[in-house]
Formats: sequence, structure tokens, C-alpha cells
Amino acid sequence: MSISEVTKDGVHNGRPPGEATTGVNVPGGPGTPDHPGADGRYQRRRRGEPTPTSYYGQPILNKPVWGAPDIPGYLFLGGLAGAGSVISAAAQLTARCRLARASKVANATAIGLSLVALVHDLGRRGRFLNMLRVFKVTSPMSVGSWLLAGFAPATMASAFCDVTGLLRPVGALATTGAAVLGPGVATYTAALISDTAVPAWHEGHRMMPFVFASSAAASAAGLGLVAAPVAETAPLKLLAGCAALGELALTKTMEERMGVVKEAYHQGKAQKLMRGSEVLLAAGAAIVLTSGRSRARRTVGGLSVLAGSALTRFGIFEAGVASAQDPKYTVGPQRERLKNRQDIAGAQPAPTQRLDATALPEAPLGGYQ
Amino acid sequence: MGFFTDTSVCIGCKACEVACKEWNHVPEDGLVFTGMSYDNTQGLSADTWRHVAFIEQRKPLAGQVPGRDETTGAVAEGLRWLMASDVCKHCTEAACLDVCPTGALFRTEFGTVVVQEDVCNGCGYCVPACPYGVIDKRHGDGRMWKCTLCYDRLSVGTEPACAKACPTDSIQFGPLEELRQRADRRLQQMHASGVTDARLYGHDPNDGVGGDGAFFLLLDEPEVYGLPPDPVVTTRDLPAMWKLVGVAAVSLVSSIAASFLAGGSYRAGARK
Repeated sequence: MSISEVTKDGVHNGRPPGEATTGVNVPGGPGTPDHPGADGRYQRRRRGEPTPTSYYGQPILNKPVWGAPDIPGYLFLGGLAGAGSVISAAAQLTARCRLARASKVANATAIGLSLVALVHDLGRRGRFLNMLRVFKVTSPMSVGSWLLAGFAPATMASAFCDVTGLLRPVGALATTGAAVLGPGVATYTAALISDTAVPAWHEGHRMMPFVFASSAAASAAGLGLVAAPVAETAPLKLLAGCAALGELALTKTMEERMGVVKEAYHQGKAQKLMRGSEVLLAAGAAIVLTSGRSRARRTVGGLSVLAGSALTRFGIFEAGVASAQDPKYTVGPQRERLKNRQDIAGAQPAPTQRLDATALPEAPLGGYQ
Repeated sequence: MGFFTDTSVCIGCKACEVACKEWNHVPEDGLVFTGMSYDNTQGLSADTWRHVAFIEQRKPLAGQVPGRDETTGAVAEGLRWLMASDVCKHCTEAACLDVCPTGALFRTEFGTVVVQEDVCNGCGYCVPACPYGVIDKRHGDGRMWKCTLCYDRLSVGTEPACAKACPTDSIQFGPLEELRQRADRRLQQMHASGVTDARLYGHDPNDGVGGDGAFFLLLDEPEVYGLPPDPVVTTRDLPAMWKLVGVAAVSLVSSIAASFLAGGSYRAGARK
């Protein structure tokens, strides 16, 4: 270290003049693992310096620009309406009129709110119709837009005809149409979020459709338990209880299969939401399945399942956003994949990091053509 | 057409960043001090289409002899300063383009990937789809923006602004085949000189994104520069996802049907 003092007269206590004959009579530096530095360590690293696994801890991915509550809210409401449309049709078929009506109205409301949330989340809301400019099977959002273009009018027509008693044949057709498209609406959103580079979403792409299907069934059944009289909700009791337990088990399995990315579900906001959803789903399922013929118990259980299902969607959403913002979730699994590939490719020795003491040639300025 | 960015000759002048901003009318996006060496732009975004990374490492460059500290006699540490100009990779299999629901993102006649700003409705799907964290939403505008590989300049026979401005030819523009050959020669030259850390990144058409339209010669692991070590286009798994979505949809219907069957028939008028 130099302790030089710069004054008007010049520099005092500066470095002694040296003879800059590079490479003569000086030991080799700590350039190789064979030559540690004077303190016995090699490659010291200070806080805030780039680490081997990231660029100053900066995320590799850009943060998803989708906002809460718009997008997780849509995942929930879309699922609710999608599964609800099948329940409406089943209730209609089995002459459970009040359940059918309640479910149809709920579906229409949920999908209406969904459309508002989806348009609200756009950067250019006036251009929402551009969603129907093309049809691309490579884009789950494009597929979803077309699904919604059929599903939303069908659910609304179905509810309108039921409530007003007008145009009954149209209502029957709309109810059928909604029931046909509904399962797609409830599950395509799994592909929507899994078809990204976001680790906590993509790594779960095999389980996500089943998590979303069970969550949709649980929420729609839960809502039916709240909205319809006891006499008509016997099937929903079973459905809400089983779907909620299924959602719990599937979500856990999905997390377990994610390797290091699992952590994203067990930290911060995502953890609180996921924990809340577990408690509500388990409690809701227990209350519903033991509710006997009590309307109050069914209502409480139904609400609990409904809220638990919503929290699952918000939790998965937040885990994804968090996982995109930490480079370790991006780099870790990719490194592992590379390592596995190398292991499979055979015992090819890794290129040695030892540096030769040969000088770097002058960098050509004019390219190397 | 594409870029080969040879980071071994990058001097961190940021001429590429400036040229890009000037030519493409990319707005100012905050003047912040980050303390990350000389890097104040941090990464690629809607308003940074070229980003120069600066990495200071306590590691000697090949051939560097750091000597001893004169007062303590301790062996001095080496210092190498890595600089690299990052850009949109213009992937051969581009996730942003695949997932764009409006068709705003398209592949040009030059093989590059470009956003049509008059079509983009700001849905934001391309942002989480990009495995490199390139494309992003512009604040106050709502649409998604990224490098166009100077589509307008290519269309009139001029090279992209960044490549034109690069004083050391670290950024080279040309047909990918030719650039790949040039990169291979440069890599051999580096290895022969003892820079065994040197490696190519994104040059392989068989990699997870079908090869990058903008590839690099790096002097350390990709993640040191903020690049993913093994990016895979997310839509490779989409056929499997659609199948599973189909299975899930069918099981949703069957479980509802089963519960109604198990729930017994309902007689109107029955009350508890």
C-alpha cells in the first residue's frame, strides 16, 4: 500500500521507483490454485462483488409484468367459472334448479370480473381485441382468448335466460356450450403460466394442470355449497371435500418435485399464502365432509374451501414472481441439467482452469477476417 | 444475420449503448449509481437494448504476473476486468415470439425477432417467457420493447448502430455461418495463447433455443455475466403441457359427473 502525500511541491512518500521489467525476478502470482496468495487463500471475494453464480446478484429473468390481483384473481375466477359451468349443466340435468341458477349467475359474474381484470392488466387496454387478431396454438394466451370469446358469452347468456326465463332453448344451448368449454377454461391457465421461463411455474408444468383442475373444482363446489339449499348440494359436499384434499396433495407433490425451486414457495409472501391455503383447504374439507345436513356447516366449509383455493392461486403467482427475481432458481436447475448431460455423455474431463504463462497476443483491432 | 460479440476485446466504452439509444430513440430510464463497477444500466430492459457488463475479478489474466507488494512482500492478487456487451439473442426458437398472442412479435426476412409496436397490446406474456430476461414493458407506454437488430438499418443495407459504433470490433455483424467460423478461429487463437477460460456461448444451433442470432465469446461462466448457463425455450415442453391440460380437463368433468352420480338423485320438493 502506498501512503503518498500529494503537495504543491510534488508527491512525498510515494512508491519507490521501480524497474518495470515485467516478469523478471518476481514470483508467479496467485494465478493458479497451486499458488495461493500470501494469506493462504485463493480468489478472495468481497461483499458486493460478482459471485461465480450471478452478476452482482441481479436476476437473469425480467420480472413478470403481470400484476396482482388481476392475474392471480383471473386464475381463480376463471377456474371457478370453468368448473362452475360443468356443475351448472349437471345441476340442470338432475333438476337441481336453484343450484343451477346460483351456479350460472356465479359463473357469469366470475367471468365478467375476469374479463375486466384481464383487460385492466393490459399495457394498452384499447387494443384488447388484438387478442383475436391471430390464433396460435404455441401461445396458451391466444388459445385462452379464443376459449373466453366463446365461453364468456355462453355463461352470460345461460345466466340471463335462467334468471329472466326468456329464450329457454337458447339458454339450454348456452349452458351446454359453457359446459363444453368450461373444463378448458379452468385448466388452460396451467399451461399459460407454465409456458414461461419462470422457474416456480415452469418446473411445475407436469402437475400444474391437475392442481388447477382440482382448485377449480373445489372453488366451484364450495361456492355452490354457500349459494344453494342443502337439499340440492349433496353432490357438491363430496366434490368440495375431495377436490380440496386433492388440491392440497397435488400442490404439495408439485412443490416436492421442483428441487431447489421449492424454496420459492416456502419464503416471503408466497409462503404465507400457501400456508393459508393449506389451512383453509384442510379445515374446509373437514367441515364440509362432516357437515351432515347442516346448512351453516356447509356454508362455512364452502367458504373456507373457496378462500383456500383462491389463496393457492395467489400463492403460486407470488412464488413465480419471487423465483424470477433470484438468479439461483434460474442458474441452479440449469447447472444441474448441464452436469447430468455431461455425466451421461461420459467421463469427459472438464477443461483445466490452469493458466499458462504465455502472454495474450495483441488484440486485433480490425477483426479476424 | 446476427451478431458475434467477442468480449475479449471489449473495452467497456459503452459506445454501443449510446449508439443504440440514439438511433432507436430509446428513452432515458433513470440515471442511477449502482456501485457495480462501471455498470449503471444493470441489465437489458425495455429502455436498454445494449448493456455493457463490468466484472472485476481478483484473478490474473493469462500471462499476467502480478508481482509482490513492495511494503509487505505479499504476493499481489491479479486483476482482470471483464467487459461484455449484452443484447437480445434473437433466438432461432424464440419463446417471446411463440407465446405472443397478438402476432406483434414476428420473425423478419433477416431471421431476427422484432416487435411491431402498432400491434402490441401490452399483455406482457413475452416478458416471463424470455429465458434471457431481455424483453420488458416500457413504463408510461405499456408496450413491450427490445432490440430490433436495427431492422430499419438492415432494410436499407446498413449494419446495426451498435456494431457500427463499436471501436474495437467486439461487436461484429454478419451472416451467422460466417460469424460462427470467425468465432471458432478466435477461440482457437485464445486457447493457443493460454486463455483456456475462453468459450463460445449461444453459437450452437443444437442448443436449447436452436442457437442464438447473437452469440458471444466469454472469458468465464455465462452466469458471471448474468447469462443463463443452459437456456431452453419454454415452448419445447408445451406439447406435453397441452396433453396434460387435456387429461386434467377430462378428469375435472369426470369428477364432477362422478360426484353427481354419487350424490344420488334429487326429488324436487324434498326438504330436510
